[in-house]
Amino acid sequence: MTEPAVCFKEVSFSYGNQCALEGVDFDIEVGDFVSFIGPNGGGKTTLLKLILGLLQPDSGVVQVFGQGPSTVRGRVGYMPQRPRFDPLFPVSVFEVVLMGCLRSGSEWGGYGASDKDRGRKALSEVGLDEERKRPFGSLSGGQQQRALIARALVSEPEILLLDEPTANLDVHVEGELYELLERINQRMTIVLVSHDLGFVARSVRTVVCVNQKVRVHPTTEQITADAVREIYGEDIRMVRHDVDFGHDHSHD
Amino acid sequence: MTEFFEALRSSTVLQNALLAGLLSSVACGVVGSYVVTKRISYIAGALAHCVLGGLGMARYLEIVWGWEWITPLHGALFAALIAVGIIGFVTLRVGEREDTIIGAVWAIGMAIGILFIQATPGYAQDLEGYLFGNILFVSAQDLWLIVILDILVVTVSLVFYKPLLAICFDEEFARLRGVRVELYYLLLLGLVAVTVVLLLSLVGIILVIALLTLPAAIANRFSATLGWMMLLATVFCGVFTTSGLALSYGPELPVGATIIMVTGVAYLGVTLLSAVLRR
Repeated sequence: MTEPAVCFKEVSFSYGNQCALEGVDFDIEVGDFVSFIGPNGGGKTTLLKLILGLLQPDSGVVQVFGQGPSTVRGRVGYMPQRPRFDPLFPVSVFEVVLMGCLRSGSEWGGYGASDKDRGRKALSEVGLDEERKRPFGSLSGGQQQRALIARALVSEPEILLLDEPTANLDVHVEGELYELLERINQRMTIVLVSHDLGFVARSVRTVVCVNQKVRVHPTTEQITADAVREIYGEDIRMVRHDVDFGHDHSHD
Repeated sequence: MTEFFEALRSSTVLQNALLAGLLSSVACGVVGSYVVTKRISYIAGALAHCVLGGLGMARYLEIVWGWEWITPLHGALFAALIAVGIIGFVTLRVGEREDTIIGAVWAIGMAIGILFIQATPGYAQDLEGYLFGNILFVSAQDLWLIVILDILVVTVSLVFYKPLLAICFDEEFARLRGVRVELYYLLLLGLVAVTVVLLLSLVGIILVIALLTLPAAIANRFSATLGWMMLLATVFCGVFTTSGLALSYGPELPVGATIIMVTGVAYLGVTLLSAVLRR
């Protein structure tokens, strides 16, 4: 059996007295397309931060490609939530993407030619060649998400982590984003945080339901209404698109 | 205004003042852009005010202990770097209630300065100069110090543009890419400290924060990249200090206050204009 991309063994984590995750135990296989779903405050983003090594578990072990998270950061691409960026920040789209080329030990001076090549390639992959010189803050929400994905891709990672990539996006922009992620998934593992179940049903292969405890459901067996209700309590009516989880919702 | 330009030809005092203004503008524009985008103007304010402690101490050592080689600017630089150490330690290691501690550094530094000034025989006029600036008393020696600090600040800012931009834009991502975020944050605070000291003789410690942030904030509106913002902020800063100096000369207005009024009016004008145009 090949080594999993991400492995959680009996992981617990709390913020002070507030327990965020308890006895979390699951693997993410290489090449999988995984979504963490669950209510706000359920611990989805905490899982991502544990994978990134930004947080350390209170107990248990988190491994990425069989190693400690902070030692393999170079192989991990990350797209944070968008709304925390300052819309007035004077930075071009290309400069944002090039930040993905930063490495410890080569922080002096400008970016090299090979960095710039990779930056251009990543921008064209997400379809933003034309916007290269525009200020990042002047892009639409969907374009900003794609620029941040390009920033994560530019270091050629083996696993891509995305925090709420579909937050505040129009439905058709969302659709384009899924297509892009499905294409990227052909060459790397993708893990995203979402409370958008419509997205989950369409593209994702494995759903990890997070609400302090964690349950893994392959979407091929379909997320049953019961499983979702178990995680969300009675909130299921708030799910967008009114996706009917009882019926066929395989890729169309 | 015309009197100013006539006087400029013959007066080395005015020439020194103009030169000091233009030279400091470079550091002001470059570092001010970092301060505005990283949103640390409160920290810059604390650094500016607490240097009064260093100014007072240096003056005390000079007069009372007879250390003739020491100048107030040395003391200011020393105090600013100590404050960087304290504020850096607090923001990076303690994390909680950092604004309270920054405020404490701000006030305690000033209190130390006032005590030293009180203990130093001589002019209370010193105090006014420190608080509101005395650009017309810039000595040739000060000018050299400004040149050296200027070169230092601009070189460091440009050499480390990449990681500094990254920590200003998205610190968490920079950390994930292996950038030593703490180190560059301290470096940035150090640059701010040195720049504050540079601008002291122009406008004094109370007004410094406006000169550091407002030209950069205006430049922000016309810039797509941080590099452009730095360049434009430098130009604006140079224009404001020069015109402030020129405007104050005829009617004998205080120079520092005039520079800040010019800067403030320009900032308000641009802000209002762009608000109207956006309608």
